[in-house]
Amino acid sequence: MAKIKLSEKKIQELKDVCKAFNNEKGELINVLHKAQSLFGYLPAELQEIIAKELNVSVAHVYGVVTFYSFFTMQPKGIHPVSICLGTACYVRGAEKVLEEFKRQLKIQVGETTPDGKFSLSCLRCVGACGLAPVVLVGEKVYGRVAPDGVADIIAEYNT
Amino acid sequence: MARQIRIALRNCGVIDPERIEDYISRDGYMALATVLTELSPEAVIEILKKSGLRGRGGGGFPAGLKWEITRKVQADQKYVVCNADEGDPGAFMDRSILEGDPHAVLEAMTINGYCTGASKGLIYIRAEYPLAVERLKTAMKQSREMGLLGNNILQTGFNFDIDIRYGAGAFVCGEETALIHSMEGLRGEPTVKPPFPSVEGYLKKPTNVNNVETFANVPVIINKGWEWFASIGTEKSKGTKVFALAGKINNVGLVEVPMGTTLREVIYEIGGGIQGGKEFKAAQTGGPSGGCLTKKHLDTPIDYDNLIAAGSMMGSGGLIVMDEDDCMVAIAKFYLGFTVEESCGKCSPCRIGNKRLFELLEKITQGNGTMEDIDKLRNLSTVIKDTSLCGLGQSSPNPVLSTIENFIGEYHEHVKDKKCRSKVCKSMMQYLVVPEKCIGCTLCARNCPVNAISGERKQVHLIDQEKCIKCGACMEKCKFNAIIIN
Repeated sequence: MAKIKLSEKKIQELKDVCKAFNNEKGELINVLHKAQSLFGYLPAELQEIIAKELNVSVAHVYGVVTFYSFFTMQPKGIHPVSICLGTACYVRGAEKVLEEFKRQLKIQVGETTPDGKFSLSCLRCVGACGLAPVVLVGEKVYGRVAPDGVADIIAEYNT
Repeated sequence: MARQIRIALRNCGVIDPERIEDYISRDGYMALATVLTELSPEAVIEILKKSGLRGRGGGGFPAGLKWEITRKVQADQKYVVCNADEGDPGAFMDRSILEGDPHAVLEAMTINGYCTGASKGLIYIRAEYPLAVERLKTAMKQSREMGLLGNNILQTGFNFDIDIRYGAGAFVCGEETALIHSMEGLRGEPTVKPPFPSVEGYLKKPTNVNNVETFANVPVIINKGWEWFASIGTEKSKGTKVFALAGKINNVGLVEVPMGTTLREVIYEIGGGIQGGKEFKAAQTGGPSGGCLTKKHLDTPIDYDNLIAAGSMMGSGGLIVMDEDDCMVAIAKFYLGFTVEESCGKCSPCRIGNKRLFELLEKITQGNGTMEDIDKLRNLSTVIKDTSLCGLGQSSPNPVLSTIENFIGEYHEHVKDKKCRSKVCKSMMQYLVVPEKCIGCTLCARNCPVNAISGERKQVHLIDQEKCIKCGACMEKCKFNAIIIN
């Protein structure tokens, strides 16, 4: 992975986050949540700083980051598209919706479009099963999405 | 909906969850006041034990007994944990309770703290539920201001406070030992029980872990008495259960019915039947850990023990209805795909075994399966169940076993006839042009993403089976119903 240079200001922000949790290693997951909301993702450089601040090994931090699906080491698009593949959505045809997004955005799950606008991911149940199949763009929830409605959703963000 | 009794959901949609006054006006915090001023911890535990309340997270362990075990362990610090890591896809009752009635959970946790001798509560909640988190924070602030949480609660000298811990997307963290590790900032891997968390849990201290819905029942039981609660339900499963109805059913959403209600009542009377008047095929309970119930189970009273006997389990209460268009082999594969992804990888039966199960199912759905593969599925499933470390692995083969048990015919069709009757398993299908119906409009050819369709204008078109990726675009676009699935 290419090395990323983090700005001094951002590094300080990150250290402040660790400090807010008393540099307590038991708070690692909370720190990672904050860090991800600050940077959008958790690159290796960032994990190294957190490890140092909380006085744990980088391997430990990496182990936790890769264990939980919520944490990502890849930058997401400006409009992260998440397709729910929970059972209720699956039974109502979420797979076809996912295929359509892949086809139209020309990316696979876990990837970001070259212009950085969209990224595609799957998630397991947002607890909106009554609206199945469900698609999230950022925080906005789209319910009862059909494959032929995919173009309209993408168009909303493509202006 | 006449057959419903709302206990856990009593306040959801009725009160404004951001106003503590609303909760109090519906007997909120009355149970806590009674407990702190009139009852000993032992007496409260006795009430719970007599009520017959069992854990609503899936396992069905008697709640009163768990509280008693935690109480009896000697320690300088104990913890109360509310498991709100609702990871079961298709279940959203905990989310609804937390968003619709957060004070009920706080009150019950405080009562639990009084009974077990804990002064600290933790709510472990999914990061995917931001609204629930907000509501909880608001509720905690309000109850602290009113002296219902924090130091010297209701001026009785009892101290108890609650904090929130976030999950980060790992299904296995619903397992209590994994959940505890996650709260400690570690990878959420389970450990061998015993020691049970009630004896040695969070930070090695005794920890009472209960699920959201279990807690939501507690204040009502204290207010209305154990006799009332125990009068609802079946012999061994008391009270009600919230189910999240989803899938191919007309009325989707949460329902709360007395234990012992039949599947038929839930699906047809409350759920309004199957969408589009299609035929009921199966209902999956217990999520990826459960199994499917079929037509023959429609009149079985639903409770913990009957579901286990039927090869499924209560789980957290997801109830996904499937109709004739769902392929049960593909459904089993879907759940195994979930398990493979969510297995923490610590023990090999679960990490490797489930992967092998998934591969076998993939082989079958691609039309390459043999009869021997079905036997292998059965054997391997049994081994995984017997040898896995935690509940995830011990129950992950259930969808395979129960679909084999109930739908062996479909497995045989996939293997012997290379046929998927529900037309789900694409490898076994061919899209064909019906020459009599095709007028050569070229619409299908223009919409085919892989240029697999050839034919001149006003001539019958032909689909190249080698190139076809079976996306179905041609069939959707054809205005003359000239494309069929073979």
